[in-house]
Amino acid sequence: MSEQIEQALSRKYDAGFVSNIESETFPIGLDEDVIRRISVMKNEPKWMLEWRLRAYRTWLNMEEPEWAHVHYPKIDFQAISYYSAPKSMKDKPKSLDEVDPELLRTYEKLGIPLYEQQMLAGVAVDAVFDSVSVVTTYRKQLEEAGVIFCPISEAVHKYPELVKKYLGSVVPRADNYFAALNSAVFTDGSFVYIPKGVRCPMELSTYFRINEQNTGQFERTLIVADEGSHVSYLEGCTAPQRDENQLHAAVVELVALDDAQIKYSTVQNWYPGDENGKGGIYNFVTKRALCHTNAKVSWTQVETGSAITWKYPSCVLKGDNSVGEFYSVALTRGRQQADTGTKMIHLGKNTKSTIISKGISAGNSNNSYRGLVHMGAKADGARNFTQCDSLLIGDRCGAHTFPYIESRNPSAVVEHEATTSKVNDDQLFLCQQRGLDAEKAISMIVNGFCKEVFKELPMEFAVEAGKLLEISLEGSVG
Amino acid sequence: MLKIENLHTSVEQKNILKGLNLAIKPGEVHAIMGPNGAGKSTLGFILSGREGYQVTDGSVSFKGEDLLDMEIEERARKGLFLAFQYPVEIPGVSNMQFMKESLNAIREQRGETPLTAAEFLKKAKEACKQVQLPLDFLKRGVNEGFSGGEKKRNEIMQMILLEPSLCILDESDSGLDIDALQVVANGVNSQRDGKRSFIVITHYQRLLDYIKPDYVHILANGKVVKSGDASLAQDLEKEGYAFLGQDHSEETNA
Repeated sequence: MSEQIEQALSRKYDAGFVSNIESETFPIGLDEDVIRRISVMKNEPKWMLEWRLRAYRTWLNMEEPEWAHVHYPKIDFQAISYYSAPKSMKDKPKSLDEVDPELLRTYEKLGIPLYEQQMLAGVAVDAVFDSVSVVTTYRKQLEEAGVIFCPISEAVHKYPELVKKYLGSVVPRADNYFAALNSAVFTDGSFVYIPKGVRCPMELSTYFRINEQNTGQFERTLIVADEGSHVSYLEGCTAPQRDENQLHAAVVELVALDDAQIKYSTVQNWYPGDENGKGGIYNFVTKRALCHTNAKVSWTQVETGSAITWKYPSCVLKGDNSVGEFYSVALTRGRQQADTGTKMIHLGKNTKSTIISKGISAGNSNNSYRGLVHMGAKADGARNFTQCDSLLIGDRCGAHTFPYIESRNPSAVVEHEATTSKVNDDQLFLCQQRGLDAEKAISMIVNGFCKEVFKELPMEFAVEAGKLLEISLEGSVG
Repeated sequence: MLKIENLHTSVEQKNILKGLNLAIKPGEVHAIMGPNGAGKSTLGFILSGREGYQVTDGSVSFKGEDLLDMEIEERARKGLFLAFQYPVEIPGVSNMQFMKESLNAIREQRGETPLTAAEFLKKAKEACKQVQLPLDFLKRGVNEGFSGGEKKRNEIMQMILLEPSLCILDESDSGLDIDALQVVANGVNSQRDGKRSFIVITHYQRLLDYIKPDYVHILANGKVVKSGDASLAQDLEKEGYAFLGQDHSEETNA
């Protein structure tokens, strides 16, 4: 079997095409002037610019973190362009008919229909292309329910009080190196506000696409669920196949006020680079949720792309009885490297968290789970359950687990289970003896392994995720 | 159905089968008996195409085609079924999903349309009842947390569902109590229709009280050393393998 896997790593990346779109792209390089120009492009108020500049000055004095189990050449932050937008977006098109048709074709090819009549029923989409939001669908229906779903650049103008109050409240500007960089140069992303007691009438979704060369994507997402509200949000990402590495440093902040529930799902399929590790996206992302009393936040992620993934969607369980969940499938192959996991910070009483992490490694890849469970001094009766499973395909890949547990409260209970297994010859042989080909067999075994996570995804996404794994595993046996 | 001529095989450079001959006609039940290490399980793995088991000489034809030239899944789709001695677990993949994929792959080979979910469910339930497993076994992960006996019954359930033309039962009786043994035997007997052939590999004569073989072959040191009808198994029960007059303990690969 290992010989069959040897031949494996010619992965098909369906989303790897480049769209030929006239763009306005900043020259490479980063300084205060670039930040001022971004702010001008977005026509931002002064407070926003000040906020960015303060972040930039903090960032200048920070060091790039090196503790993650990933290896890559130093990033030259002066070799990146920090803004790129399709020209047709400049005059703020009123409807999709005014948008560059090539841009619309891009989304069509990706299977993300932007015309509402063609859309998946009940899913509203915000489509972000390089540094700008192309369109946000179903806005009218959402407005009727009082839900705000718009590009964050628009929220800065329309809802400055909300943005001022919550932006940076969960992930402060100086939180970490990449979060500080993002705070300085973020270009677009989604803003969501669900009013008190409202159950958002449809799934909200943002689709991120990097197109332009040598461009970084720095999106910023802020979701505020007011007291007693519910929302389910999905995020998808792809990028063209290019030989150069591209940087994606996003920040996602979730605020779940008392009794609110947020479900945040990601299907990440950035270009992973070729079989020799050339090209691919560096995905350095900070995602964190703040849970108030009785609030609940679930992170579900299916990570199949990126050359490097560095991301730890976390929950700060500040309010009593609040609940944090993290369900993750991370698949690496070729030369991909993933260092991903979560942090569950239990501060309130009787807070609960569940972590289910499934890492799948194939080819020459390295897949690490890194997770922190912190039980604060006041977290009486807090509980955590962690299950961390790794599956190895072939014999040249690595799976690593780095659990950190800090408990300052004797009544807190922390459980950790971990397993490592291989797709073994016996399983493969059983499937083949029953008439299934090796590829189908592997994908079935892997899907079975991920089942506990897939069942947490919204339905149409779960199907999507299963298919994505299937494509990603295509050719993992000869 | 199956014709094995002068079959020589090796596993990890060790010769296991050394000139085996066997011919099986449609509808026949052949029992393969023999001491540990005689190469009984090897025969099952060779016929099903398991990696690591090399054929160094000889030929095998299955329904007139060269069996050894086919991929594992191709043999399965053409009707060769192996009931495992030690069935493995596939966590998270339900029995139902597994068997449905399997059955549809085989049906495709036969030129039949895939079954709808409802049609499949009906068949699966019948098979499940036949081997006396509770219906929730269909929803459970393949062999996940099953007892030894449940695993063996699960194999027979798959056999019933997949309707193969040649069934190889590799020590399907090992580790079973008398009730489970009867269930397994009844499952097998229900599938005897005058066309379907069986190779029943067993160490003990006990199973053959329930599954009446047409022929019994004694395999020792990689060859068929004696063939006969069902009475041969009974003689063996009385006299043991001692008549073979050699020590077979050096080859432990059962």
